Amino acid sequence: MKILVCISNVPDTTTRIKLAGDKKSVETNGVQWIINPWDELALTRAMELSEQNAGSIQSISVVSVGDASVEPTLRKALAVGANEAIRVNLVPADSYSVAVQLAEVVKQENPDLVLLGIESSDFNSSGVGAMLAELLGFASASSVSSLELSSSGLTIKREVEGGTEQLECPLPAILSVQKGIALEPRIPAMRGIMMARSKPLKVVEPVAVEPLSEWIELELPEAKSACKMIPEDNAKELIRLLHEEAKVI
Amino acid sequence: MSVLVYIENRDGQFKKNQLELMSYAKKISEASNQDIVTLSIGNVKEEEWARLSAHGATRVLNGENLPNQIDNEVFAQALFAAIELVQPKYLILSDNNTGKALAPRVSVKYRAGIVSGILGLPISYEPFIGKKRAYSGKAFAHVKVNSDLKVLTLSPNSFEIKESSGNVQLEAFEPTLPTPKTKVVQADKQTGKLLLSEADIVVSGGRGMKSADNWGPLEELAEAMGAATACSRPVSDEGWRPHHEHVGQTGKIIGPTLYIALGISGAIQHLAGVSSSKVIVAINKDPEAPIFAAADYGIVGDVQKLIPQLIVAYKELKQ
Repeated sequence: MKILVCISNVPDTTTRIKLAGDKKSVETNGVQWIINPWDELALTRAMELSEQNAGSIQSISVVSVGDASVEPTLRKALAVGANEAIRVNLVPADSYSVAVQLAEVVKQENPDLVLLGIESSDFNSSGVGAMLAELLGFASASSVSSLELSSSGLTIKREVEGGTEQLECPLPAILSVQKGIALEPRIPAMRGIMMARSKPLKVVEPVAVEPLSEWIELELPEAKSACKMIPEDNAKELIRLLHEEAKVI
Repeated sequence: MSVLVYIENRDGQFKKNQLELMSYAKKISEASNQDIVTLSIGNVKEEEWARLSAHGATRVLNGENLPNQIDNEVFAQALFAAIELVQPKYLILSDNNTGKALAPRVSVKYRAGIVSGILGLPISYEPFIGKKRAYSGKAFAHVKVNSDLKVLTLSPNSFEIKESSGNVQLEAFEPTLPTPKTKVVQADKQTGKLLLSEADIVVSGGRGMKSADNWGPLEELAEAMGAATACSRPVSDEGWRPHHEHVGQTGKIIGPTLYIALGISGAIQHLAGVSSSKVIVAINKDPEAPIFAAADYGIVGDVQKLIPQLIVAYKELKQ
């Protein structure tokens, strides 16, 4: 079985977001870039499956759509254990642009299983996984919180409104994953980092795509006014304020 | 020309979020001068139609014989059939698991741009510009949609429920659907439990709760207030609470009316996930905890001692 994990390059979760001068993008000076946390869960699960089912997974590839600045993040994925990396040379405008490029990569690489996070922590659009499934016509599920290999394909759990469902899913398949899918993400060891340098990182040119939407402006949340402090022995006062002043209870 | 809205039932009922969605779709249809068509899938209790009517529903495509939860690909086919039927300018869905699974498929099929998790009414209709969260709640983006059909998934708690006179006309909706590729072998429902995404009030615990065994009083407070329970990341990582309760940058991003943070220090990743709550209450023993900078009301103190006092005070208020 071949697994392809799609990766988005995003600012570290501790980053304080500042807007760039054009108000369309964020200031990237001093920002640490990481594998999107949900994609990292997908990669971690791919590694776990490969270890738990010795010999049944031939390769784990990672792919990202972006300019050369995403390469350190792809190298990190190689350092934690992916076998090869692909970069599609395009700075995408929207989820659709990403999905179209990824669909091309899937057609070229023929993976049996495509994994990606339910959303990226920068655009938060949750679009790419389901778009890719629609473009390719593979079996698919989203909000997947558990994944095992089975004799007929995959056994998965997905979150639906007000509950969870266990599904049998044939291959090839595309799954958007969320928390619960894997244990702790892995920190690359020195040996992994050394090995990653010699693993293949292939750059492919994008296919033509017309974006369906664009981000025209960014804004930051308004600053909060000062917190009203209430003495420790006065829970009653807090409840009164919530009722009479804030009018939320 | 019309606005097509998919109203999802849970156990045959339309919950609060869906009435928000109905009110929102009604407003969009009025503002853009279009008919409103509601799509319902699965079996709905008879009395629920009157509720939908009271929030502006008129023509309803009633797919009562279709299963409630189906394979995403097949579900999308049902949606495509409704789109072919009514040729909408807007397709409106909830920004929940269903909406997240379906909206992108419509986008691909009809080359339609999406504003996912749109916050309330658009900034402008022509051109269409909507506002959504970006950087996991640390910023907002203005998204312009260039296509003719616009797909909107509405963020929960971002539009107020409004009553308006409707007149529900049920129309049988029985599209021919393909055989699903995936097969449901088991379904577990959290029946009766208030969903985090649907709650007006959320009571949330952090590492300051000390252990999994201390959640009883927190749950009691939540139950008294009609609130959903949530937690911070370390709590779900420790296994004290299930993953679906984790709110924050890598968990759920929520925007309830009232968010009560108990023993949560307020790491930037946590604040990103709750910052659009209308009112935030923080209780923490560390006066320097960053949660107080994000909160509207705060108490520096021991949560173990304060939770029972809050329960008593709340019950007194409601007497």
